[in-house]
Amino acid sequence: MSRPGFVLEVDRSTPPILFHHGEGFRLEKLPPGSRVVYPAEPVAPLKDPDGAIRHALLNPVGDSQPLPSLLHAGMKLTIAMDNQAVPLPPMQKPDNRQRVIEIVLDMAAAAGVDDVELIVAHGLHRRQTEPELRHMLGDRIYDAFAPHGMLTQHDAEDHDNLVLVGRTEQGEHVELNKRAVTSDLLIYVNVNLVAMDGGHKSTMTGISSYRSLKHHHNVTGMQHSRSFMDPPNSELHNSTWRMGRLLAGAVKIFQIETTLNTDTFPSQFSFLQKREWEWSARDRASFLATSKSLEHVPPRIARSIFHGIKSPQRMTSVQAGEVEAVHALTLQNLHRQHLVPVEGQADVLTMGLPYLGPYNVNSILNPLLVMCLGLGYFFNLYRGKPLVRKGGVVIMSHPTRWEFHPVHHPSYIDFFEQVLAETTDPIEIEKKFEESFATDPWYIHLYRNSYAYHGVHAFYMWYWGAHALQHVGQVIIVGGEPRAVRRMGFKPASTLRDALEMAEDVVGRNPSITHIHNPPIFLADVT
Amino acid sequence: MIAEVLAGKRIAITGSTGFLGTALVERLLRSVPGCELVLIVRAGRRTTPLARAKREIFGNDAFRTLRAQLGDGFDAEIARRVQVVAGDVSVDGLGLDAEAAALVASCDTVIHSAAIVSFDSPIDVAAEVNLLGPVRVAELLRDAGSAAHLVAVSTAYVAGTRRGRAAEAALGDTPFSTEVDWRSEIAAARRARADADAASRDPEQLAIFGKEARKELGAAGPPLLAAKTEKRREKWVADRLVEAGRSRAKSLGWPDAYAYTKALAERAVLEVRGHVPVTVVRPSIIESAWAEPHPGWIRGFRMAEPVLISYGRGLLSEFPGIPEGVVDVIPVDIVVATIITVAAKGPEPDGHGVYQVATGNRNPLYYRNLVNLVREYFLDNPLYDSDGQPIVAPDWSFSGRGKALRKLQRGVKALGQAESLVASLPIRGKRAEITARLEERRDQGERALDYVRLYGAYAETEALFDDTRLRSLWDAMAPEDQAVFNLDTNVVDWRHYVQVIHLPSVVRQARVRTTGGVREGPNRYERGKRSILSPDRHIAAFDLENTLIASNVVESYSFLASRRLPDDERARFTLDMLRQGPGLLALDRRDRGDFLRHFYRRYEGAPADRVRADAWELFSLLLTKSFPAGIRRVREHRALGHRTLLITGALDFVVEPLRPLFDDVVCARLVERGGLLTGEMVDAPPTGEARAIVIADYAAAEGLSLAESVVYADSASDLPMLEAVGHPVAVNAEPKLAAIARKRGWHIEQWTKAPGAPVPILPLAPRGHRATGDDLPRPGLSGRHQLGRA
Repeated sequence: MSRPGFVLEVDRSTPPILFHHGEGFRLEKLPPGSRVVYPAEPVAPLKDPDGAIRHALLNPVGDSQPLPSLLHAGMKLTIAMDNQAVPLPPMQKPDNRQRVIEIVLDMAAAAGVDDVELIVAHGLHRRQTEPELRHMLGDRIYDAFAPHGMLTQHDAEDHDNLVLVGRTEQGEHVELNKRAVTSDLLIYVNVNLVAMDGGHKSTMTGISSYRSLKHHHNVTGMQHSRSFMDPPNSELHNSTWRMGRLLAGAVKIFQIETTLNTDTFPSQFSFLQKREWEWSARDRASFLATSKSLEHVPPRIARSIFHGIKSPQRMTSVQAGEVEAVHALTLQNLHRQHLVPVEGQADVLTMGLPYLGPYNVNSILNPLLVMCLGLGYFFNLYRGKPLVRKGGVVIMSHPTRWEFHPVHHPSYIDFFEQVLAETTDPIEIEKKFEESFATDPWYIHLYRNSYAYHGVHAFYMWYWGAHALQHVGQVIIVGGEPRAVRRMGFKPASTLRDALEMAEDVVGRNPSITHIHNPPIFLADVT
Repeated sequence: MIAEVLAGKRIAITGSTGFLGTALVERLLRSVPGCELVLIVRAGRRTTPLARAKREIFGNDAFRTLRAQLGDGFDAEIARRVQVVAGDVSVDGLGLDAEAAALVASCDTVIHSAAIVSFDSPIDVAAEVNLLGPVRVAELLRDAGSAAHLVAVSTAYVAGTRRGRAAEAALGDTPFSTEVDWRSEIAAARRARADADAASRDPEQLAIFGKEARKELGAAGPPLLAAKTEKRREKWVADRLVEAGRSRAKSLGWPDAYAYTKALAERAVLEVRGHVPVTVVRPSIIESAWAEPHPGWIRGFRMAEPVLISYGRGLLSEFPGIPEGVVDVIPVDIVVATIITVAAKGPEPDGHGVYQVATGNRNPLYYRNLVNLVREYFLDNPLYDSDGQPIVAPDWSFSGRGKALRKLQRGVKALGQAESLVASLPIRGKRAEITARLEERRDQGERALDYVRLYGAYAETEALFDDTRLRSLWDAMAPEDQAVFNLDTNVVDWRHYVQVIHLPSVVRQARVRTTGGVREGPNRYERGKRSILSPDRHIAAFDLENTLIASNVVESYSFLASRRLPDDERARFTLDMLRQGPGLLALDRRDRGDFLRHFYRRYEGAPADRVRADAWELFSLLLTKSFPAGIRRVREHRALGHRTLLITGALDFVVEPLRPLFDDVVCARLVERGGLLTGEMVDAPPTGEARAIVIADYAAAEGLSLAESVVYADSASDLPMLEAVGHPVAVNAEPKLAAIARKRGWHIEQWTKAPGAPVPILPLAPRGHRATGDDLPRPGLSGRHQLGRA
């Protein structure tokens, strides 16, 4: 039985707390009285995941028939799946998607279905490379489908292959991948890493177009998603649910959702998911060895070491059937692993940002992604109210180098150099610059033909932090490159102690402090 | 009264566009209202003598007072009193037509002030103008039977390098005068030109010029190199003749070719003058005006000015001179007044006379005193460097000429060596700018060296120029004339003259920084960028390699060739490419076109479709090595409506993914036969001067203006293309181009790869990229046809 997450109150005997810090770590002594939120230990995985998948497909939830009875010869079947933005880090083989799709394909073959297409639902994300696809799906699926053009990556700018399904009562365009919506059955396979994912959001972001996305990927929407990790209180989800229901009326959808436990790091990094006072001699030794050797390694090499990490996360649940019924179960299963009750808000929220977020698998966590990971994802890992009070301070720890991946994030470079040089206000940015980046032919060319995120994606990164920007009084980045940190309107600090002193100027002396010990991921249930 | 004596008189002047001539014309027009002037002016390269006179004489600031006096009547007054005739003192008969010759001959006075003042002109040019010039004027007047009085401006330094008193008399009448036949000197000077020219055409010599041109420009292509080679040859000939002049003058006891030719001219004129009365006026070093037309008026950068400014800028502290020696400086207005007074007085009774206009005798300016005054001035009014910091004028060391020269020579030599070392290093961009800085420093050093060589003698002269006759002239003048035409050198207060009159005027002319602090407004880079990104521009053409992308054709090939190789063959391939690297690099440096032709043969036998498909994977490598600021710049040009053009020797399939960035792409293409590439190019690749033609043709076809176009390139081999447009931009320039760009004031960009971009150590396709689909052939590995064997 795994132990639940909990809140530790720091006293004199508390050892230094581990902060993630990009491709490295820091041990920080937090002032007595500070609180540290620890995630739950990984819950027990399914003993027989394949059996559980089969069981879920045969016993769907909600208004749905078992999968085999939905399959018949001569039908047009499309299987869409989450892209490699989840899980993080990428999981050790076999990936949930490989397991599920192999079983689905077996059933389809048994039913004599021969028109099957796989679509990686990567929305405006970059295309995945062949090795990345092989890792996610396994060689068997890849070799059977890719050479025949039956494994495709959604192209949100291929207007010949997009269809406007309709518009919601609110006027939202539901424009999606043509193959998916003209199929007799659309199966969506997901890996539900956090509560933001899954449900109708899967199709509405994964296989839609910019025209569709901008109804929920915008500043106002994000400012009214409190948080976007809590679907009932999220404008992002309100919109995608409206649009998803419209789609569900137009095409038969069979949703398959899976959850994972938080066994995030392989054994050589196991100290990352232990509580510091419980570190064994071996943990201490491997921490020392790891952080010492990282100090002497150029960032580039450190990056490739970290991006080689494949996580041992394992499947904890699988549910299939009608989208909303499936997702309700998924959330329950997620909460079982993620929820940690926290009482009250703090003046200062501290967090250590790791090397990886959803948008830099095999890439660089550039400054914009640092902002998005800290103020977007980590800040929003709450239900109820934010961990930090209104007007409080967020202190993040990350090297925040002025570095960008020129192939993956070309529009980010220009966003950072041109847009942020002018303003950091999300509303103004959206109004003044979004359209031109979104419709820029060069970015579209790179998105479609190279391995680049869409031109507008950099904006979404900034919007993802819009709620936090509106809520907090100051953002400080410990150890960040001052030039890059200032460009985003934040303050650089060289040590946590300095940062806390700077924070006092905003929130007053002796502030209350909450640190989130994340990853492994949790969701704070703040009352 | 001088004005009355000269009223109704007609005065011809040569050299009126010069410093002294302009002052003379102004003074005559303003202070002798009754006289008429005939100006003998050489036609400019594209301008008539009249237009030249209007711009260069009457447009000068000297006429400020007269313009104010006459108001709108100025032009009418000039038209009424001044006739401009085309003529050239370096041509027999002064190049005058019959009418003009008659007009000149009809004058009452002819003032010959035309000369090459430069102390380092080639011997034949100096002889032609300085020696034969006055001879021709005298002959013209003699042959025409003219009654005119010839006033010839010479120099006090005709006395030569000597100590003691220099007499105010004809040279033949003075002791220690060197006897040489001026006619044979002229013949020798002309011969020297022919000899130097012949020697410069010697094959070995031509090879040296070619090598030098190559060293400076790199692989800039035959036409540019040829032009540069010819320039080097011409310069070599000129240098030889300068040296010939200098050494001939020295051998005869004159400091330089100027004094030497002037001295011979004085003798020659007396010999050929016949009945023509000649008066010689010998000023010493003419500097800015004491009072007329206004204090501090000066024209052009003269002898002492560059030295003074160099000192103020802290570049020069080693100007040789004897502290107790006299620097004989004379304000221009005193010389002008002397000439006018002499003209009014008329010829000497015996037909020839000499006046020396110098200060050394009565009102000497000692070298030590001058140096102190200058130093004081610059300490109180410092010049500022480019960072807005004041420059402290250095302590002056009164070293001997030999020591100063040796020190400067050592410095220049060391800088030259450092420069050629750096230029040969494979660096570019910011680091390459070090050559430009070294070159600038060496230029400054060389200039200082020139000053010392040229002018050193003038600060070391220990001669005292007798001015007794000038004094008697002054004493004999009516008080009213004395009030208007000052010949008295005693009025000059040197402290006032140096610190209040001369230096401020010089500093103003030199356009150096005289205020400190950071300048307001956009800096040079921003101004350059703004001008390049003006909506008025037409074409923005880009080179590819090292301008937009830090990659090259060898890398592209390696990637494409290795993409489908199994591991063991990849290793062999890698070693093979590494081994060939230096040879390929050398070939590329020699001739880009040959290199491409040679290298692209490696694609022989490669399946075209597969190469084209793989090139899309190569795109990632190109983007990884691209300069985001460069890509952004292309897009900025496009957004402004400029035509964007990529001109590259890279292959079409390699640049295909970049095509959406540009309106048009000019690149190399390979012949395809039966689905395979042959390794031969469809047409000549756009390299070197061919690129200049490409962009010129493109502009012509589209009706766009090259003057309004921008070219971005990184290497000296792109010079023809860069020079073809009005707005060249050097991007991450290699040393040679960096030096050229800096010298010519081109806009310079330093673009870098995206910081943090992954660095592929070898340009090989990433492993794990397995061929998709088994229908594609597997390339074998043998020789240079890795891509080819199916």
